[in-house]
Amino acid sequence: MITYDYLYDVIVVGAGHAGCEAALAAARMGCSTLLLTINLDAIAVMSCNPAIGGLAKGHLVREIDALGGEMARNIDATGIQFRVLNTRKGPAVRASRAQADKQLYRLRMKKIMENQENLQIKQGEVTALYLEGSAVGGVDTRSGLRYLGKTVIITTGTFMRGLIHIGLNNYPGGRAGDLPSLGLSDQLRSLGFEVGRLKTGTPARLDSRTIDFSKLEPQYGDARPVPFSFSTQQITMPQVPCHIAYTNPRSHDIIRSSLDRSPLYAGVIEGIGPRYCPSIEDKVMRFPDKERHQTFIEPEGLDTVEVYPSGMSTSLPIDVQIAFYRSIEGLERVEIMRPAYAIEYDYIDPVQLHATLETKAVANLYHAGQINGTSGYEEAAGQGLIAGINAALRSQGKEPFVLSREEAYIGVMIDDLVTLGTKEPYRMFTSRAEYRLLLREDNADLRLTQKGYDIGLVTESVHGEFVRKREHIKSEYSRVTTTRLSVDDDQQQFLSSKGINDLQKGTTLEQLLKRPEITYADLAMLDNVSRETPPAVQEQVEIQVKYKGYIDRQLEQIERAAKLEHSKIPPEMDFVAINGLTTEVREKLKKHRPDTLGQASRIPGVTPAAISVLSVAIKAWVGRKSGNGTYE
Amino acid sequence: MYVHDTIAAISTPPGNGGIGIVRISGEQAADIATAIFKPVCNGGLISHRFYFGVVTDPMDGDVIDESMAVLMRAPRSYTREDVFEIHCHGGMLVVDQVLSLCLKHGARLADPGEFTRRAFLNGRIDLVQAESVMDIISSKSEAALRLAQHQREGLLSRRIEEIHKDLLHALALVEAYIDFPEDDLGEADLSSIFDRVQSARIIIDNLLSGFDDGRVLREGISVLIIGKPNAGKSSLLNRLLNENRAIVTHIPGTTRDIIEETLNIGGLPVRLLDSAGIRHTDDLVEQEGIRRALDKIPQADLVLFVMDASHSFDQEDQLIFEGLKESRLIGVLNKSDLPPKLELPEYCQGMTCVPISAHTGEGVDLLRDHICRCFLHGSAIDSREFIAISRARHHDALVSAESILQRFLQGIQVKVELELLAVDLREALRAVGSVTGQSTPDDILDVIFSSFCIGK
Repeated sequence: MITYDYLYDVIVVGAGHAGCEAALAAARMGCSTLLLTINLDAIAVMSCNPAIGGLAKGHLVREIDALGGEMARNIDATGIQFRVLNTRKGPAVRASRAQADKQLYRLRMKKIMENQENLQIKQGEVTALYLEGSAVGGVDTRSGLRYLGKTVIITTGTFMRGLIHIGLNNYPGGRAGDLPSLGLSDQLRSLGFEVGRLKTGTPARLDSRTIDFSKLEPQYGDARPVPFSFSTQQITMPQVPCHIAYTNPRSHDIIRSSLDRSPLYAGVIEGIGPRYCPSIEDKVMRFPDKERHQTFIEPEGLDTVEVYPSGMSTSLPIDVQIAFYRSIEGLERVEIMRPAYAIEYDYIDPVQLHATLETKAVANLYHAGQINGTSGYEEAAGQGLIAGINAALRSQGKEPFVLSREEAYIGVMIDDLVTLGTKEPYRMFTSRAEYRLLLREDNADLRLTQKGYDIGLVTESVHGEFVRKREHIKSEYSRVTTTRLSVDDDQQQFLSSKGINDLQKGTTLEQLLKRPEITYADLAMLDNVSRETPPAVQEQVEIQVKYKGYIDRQLEQIERAAKLEHSKIPPEMDFVAINGLTTEVREKLKKHRPDTLGQASRIPGVTPAAISVLSVAIKAWVGRKSGNGTYE
Repeated sequence: MYVHDTIAAISTPPGNGGIGIVRISGEQAADIATAIFKPVCNGGLISHRFYFGVVTDPMDGDVIDESMAVLMRAPRSYTREDVFEIHCHGGMLVVDQVLSLCLKHGARLADPGEFTRRAFLNGRIDLVQAESVMDIISSKSEAALRLAQHQREGLLSRRIEEIHKDLLHALALVEAYIDFPEDDLGEADLSSIFDRVQSARIIIDNLLSGFDDGRVLREGISVLIIGKPNAGKSSLLNRLLNENRAIVTHIPGTTRDIIEETLNIGGLPVRLLDSAGIRHTDDLVEQEGIRRALDKIPQADLVLFVMDASHSFDQEDQLIFEGLKESRLIGVLNKSDLPPKLELPEYCQGMTCVPISAHTGEGVDLLRDHICRCFLHGSAIDSREFIAISRARHHDALVSAESILQRFLQGIQVKVELELLAVDLREALRAVGSVTGQSTPDDILDVIFSSFCIGK
């Protein structure tokens, strides 16, 4: 092995959605960063659906943006259909989603990476970690070159021992058309990591020239597309529709009669697949009474005829695929350009990580993305960002950066992963966040931008703009709570048209805004200042006023849980030696090795009594270590 | 879990004693003291001084007990927090009521060993003692866990599990419509969510009204001893009480009125009623006694039907048995020390029977055990403390779930947004989960994925 004569602060292995955010974050924080990928033409490739965002995922993208990540700006620049979901529900569960032009998405990201100061991107397959004692010191590549790094982040996606299935045929691959990564997972296993196997799948890509769109129902994006990034002014890409099609009983018969040739049902696939993203054969078998299943035919880009039928992934043989897709109305003559397939890959159970995403077994080694058992570009990017930040901070000798469950979906996700691990590909849902009303897309900047700035990731100009907005919200909120209305005849007429006739003298704007009939826009009819308030500020003030009761309740819940969340468990603590714990609880603590009492309390089977015992044991342990007999 | 909140518990050993102490510790201890305790001498409570006064429910002004009380300001207390102790008269009813009053005023029921744990965490006791603290916590928890397991088989817990399941399903429905707007689920089916929650709330209401008369655990269960004259009812009573309370003679018809005694059987408070023997009689006083005994039958939680095993089953036995068709019943085959002659007729075969000898004491333990099982659905438990704790826990959980669900149901009617409704449902689920065990986000997702075809 030849050693390349340079010591990087951070080496990132893999250039998917996790790897890109990790490398950009580290470089932007001033670290000399190297990104290695098997194929330099495959940076930020969207291996599955050509879309970013959706429920909870849109939230993740906004958070990445608020912290200074790239994903939001990248989709804003290359998105070809933007929609806000759940507009008829409340602000906490509204989420952005956009169709991407796949090729433009990856090309823009590559350009950003190429132009990033402190960042080098190189082609090379990493075959092994180079270890110095119990810490990682660099990586070895197939070409025989060793790169040295103070920290290493692995983001191998589905590439580790990737195995592609189409029908009963299977062959090694990291993604259709790409080589797998071999060797690395064997080394990780030999280092003592528990390695598992997951499965995911993707539908065929179809030729849009062979689809009769007149038989399908178009679905357009929002007339005024809302960007993901807080710093994007406007969406300038041309906007195109998706189309909705449905399967029918004949499609289901085709699936049912071919199950013996499904690797899933024949038992060839051993990896566990995601329940929220089942293959069409799973849908048909698990919900036999459902007469049709919906699919969105999504464009893969502006300059391509390839389209993506969402929700129609399958691992059935190619002849069944052809018959199945052609059974759908409007797709009778459809040509498949790339077949659907399932892929199995190795993952490392994330309970073996700290909340910084550093591995517990090997110091300075970080894991992010699908290697941690997650699925989705947004989940990967969020982890990549956190791993990149923490690797950078480590190489700079600074304190780690961890987001808590009440601060961000990213915090919820990583806490879930490192506390509970996962047995199926983990996807973010808003229902996973216990403080959902606080973790909204609209306030991601208020939650996180200051933090991003403090660690050196958010630029001065973005931060300056943010501070102005934050101050404006504060002053407007206090104005609204203190300004009392004196209503003239015109204004009373307007209020009456809203059904309000019982306004007390001296009512504040806040009290008026609390009423369900009134929006902030209505205030503009009564009050000049409101008229001139920027929309982003209006939105925040309106939400803060209208949802105050519920928001306060969530804040109370957080306060109650705070004590546990902030109680650190010493990493070297011996759970087996603690009096008063049941064997079951001891085993669980030993396996999960929680960092805090809060994490411990979320492990199923760890009872409140066990938490009591543990809190006493920690005090005793810390006391014994510090060698004195008094505590607090 | 909530280290800064205020906790309360009965600190004296279980059972009826001379006094019973309710101890409150935490920031609100002094406030609770002021709210519920009125010293006879006017003025505020000075720390570490013992006051005579009355414990009063400020809601209705009802005086619960005359008692002595002491406020110990932090850090000069066992836990180094503000501590307030009320020394009540030792009756179970009174001590329980005082505890409930504290809970109503913001205290939370202490976890097992929690006072000691706080004492340790606040530096009141040292490292050497820490290890034994953990033993206390774990041993008390284990006892509580054992009780929970007994109760798991019990009706109450089964009902609470049902409620939990209903709420989980309702929440899953709500969450599905929030998280999967693109999955062709149609419009949110609010009416079915409403119905589910409503039915859960009705179960809670029923359970709570049961708690309110609270007879079983607050006043104890009532057990009526019945049988024909001289079957040995009073001997059985005495045997259970271990003393000569009722008049025992060999002359049939000696007990002419109802004799009532309170005792503790396996941790269960029991009011034992000994009745006049039932037979045809011309004696007016005795007739009155019999009438009263028959009147008691429907009110008794359990009837012990005492038969004389050394005689055959006769018409009088049959007469009594027919009067007991509606009752929860244990057949007591007394005088097992004498040669057996009794053969139960076919129509009595379903009855649980325990052979005993009130004279020698043989079989009485088994009878005690059977009495317990009728109410605890398990074997006898160690101490009344755990009944009180778990009863208060169940009650706490249900009361808070019920008020949250009220708000939920009102919210759904005025079309509050789904994600706000979800906050209520989650809180209710959490309250109920404190009895049944908490549900995880994955439990909710499991329900969603098994009910809906998700996967765009």
